[in-house]
Amino acid sequence: MNNARVQQILRQMGHQVTDRLWRLGFACRFLLMTVLYSGTALKRFHLTIREIYFTGVLSLIIILVSGMFVGMVLGLQGYDTLQRYGAAESLGVLVALSLVRELGPVVAALLFASRAGSAITAEIGLMKATEQLSAMEMMAVSPIARVVAPRFWAGVISMPMLAALFSAMGVLGGYLVGVQLIGVDEGAFWSQMQAAVDFRQDIMNGVIKSFVFGVLVSWIAVFEGFDADPTAEGVSRATTRTVVTSSLAILAADFVLTAFMFRGI
Amino acid sequence: MNSLFFATLPLLLATSASADPLVQIRDLSFAYDSRSILSGINITIPRGKVVAIMGPSGCGKTTTLRLIGGQLRPTAGEVLVAGQVVHEFDDDGLYRMRRRMGMLFQFGALFTDMSVYDNVAFQMREHTDLPEALIHDLVLMKLHAVGLRGAHRLMPAELSGGMARRVALARAIALDPMLIMYDEPFAGLDPISLSIIGELIRTLNDALGASSIVVTHDVHESLKIVDYIYFVSEGKIVAEGTAEEIKESQAPYVHQFVWGEADGPVPFHYPARPYGEEMMEQPSRPRRWWS
Repeated sequence: MNNARVQQILRQMGHQVTDRLWRLGFACRFLLMTVLYSGTALKRFHLTIREIYFTGVLSLIIILVSGMFVGMVLGLQGYDTLQRYGAAESLGVLVALSLVRELGPVVAALLFASRAGSAITAEIGLMKATEQLSAMEMMAVSPIARVVAPRFWAGVISMPMLAALFSAMGVLGGYLVGVQLIGVDEGAFWSQMQAAVDFRQDIMNGVIKSFVFGVLVSWIAVFEGFDADPTAEGVSRATTRTVVTSSLAILAADFVLTAFMFRGI
Repeated sequence: MNSLFFATLPLLLATSASADPLVQIRDLSFAYDSRSILSGINITIPRGKVVAIMGPSGCGKTTTLRLIGGQLRPTAGEVLVAGQVVHEFDDDGLYRMRRRMGMLFQFGALFTDMSVYDNVAFQMREHTDLPEALIHDLVLMKLHAVGLRGAHRLMPAELSGGMARRVALARAIALDPMLIMYDEPFAGLDPISLSIIGELIRTLNDALGASSIVVTHDVHESLKIVDYIYFVSEGKIVAEGTAEEIKESQAPYVHQFVWGEADGPVPFHYPARPYGEEMMEQPSRPRRWWS
């Protein structure tokens, strides 16, 4: 390989790195602007409530059904493992801790990114492509204040509630399979769960995780929509990027948060 | 108080109308990175007049509107609106100026999640403290002016192209602006809608005492309604004059544009090597079955 070719490859790599760094910087600045321009979203809260309906309430079905199935699978798998050690009565603890600590926030956030995050990106991207954002700017109304901030806060507010509902449905699914189907003692199922699940250590940490995931998914979704190329292809690519980036961000943030919360680092 | 001020602003402006132009563009240049779009153009928009900026697609007409609205910053020169340099405004100043402007986008750019009524009421709700009952009356008045009072409950998806353009026009004049900008208002319209929009541009401009800038390549419709015309080609002003002067112009470019000639200063063929030479040449690389 000659020198010119090596130089070209290095130049391309450098260009890609600086390009990504520039975009990350722009995304951070965009988040800052969104927070600074949140006055309208919070003062005229009906704008945010409307978005909570679209992002949160309309995601309920997928969240509740998925939560139920995840809980049922946990019940089956958990019982299979626990009964080998004569600890089948601890099924409630296993189901509840798995859900409130990990699966609730993480799976709910992944589903939220696919259902609501992609919809937010597509909507904002299409508004850009059809010049609605430009029209708003020309009417002296900031699109960040009027369009982006309400959607961002709606995502942040909805996410912990959806994660809580996911966990609740999961526990119910685990109960149906473990207690009603397999025959684990009902009293042991609930009492051990009550004794083992700590409000601050388990539930609050789960809530904090889902709040962080809510910020991440909403931020990525609104940014990708706002930054989308104003064409059909551009919007489609931005929507895909939202789902992929959000999913990776959720899993990476989950590792970091878990390390801090439960390992005492 | 604010609401009253904005409601009466056009009247104040109309009565204080003076000889100084509302918009002045001086030696304006603009480039995207290294690609030059406009180079050293000068345009004057007098108060109370309808001025057209014409030229082929991609010649920089819409860019000029965006520079006037402060959505882009010039690389050289300046745009003055009501005596103030647009690119020197901070965000607040720019937004204050835009409240006195209306803009009609090429395809209306109506907010698709709002009804016709809410689209027209949007600016009134955002920028004034007017009671809802008064907003209701004003919205119906604006819609009545464009002939669509009966359509106020419809959603944008239920409107035809011409109706959407008229609703967008009602929205653009919601706060009785001093300057109305039209970006290709005639594009893709049937003859009836085209004539209606043309007539509305003229009558609304005169009724509001505003000034209008119409960016278009529809020669015949715009020659009927405008007071003055600028021709832009490749980022430069190549001709200007009143409708009559333009119609009678023998300048090759203007003549080709006005009479729709296929060949002329704007050539029919994209620049290429001689025809015969290119036909005789073998393709440099054989076409692969997968390409």
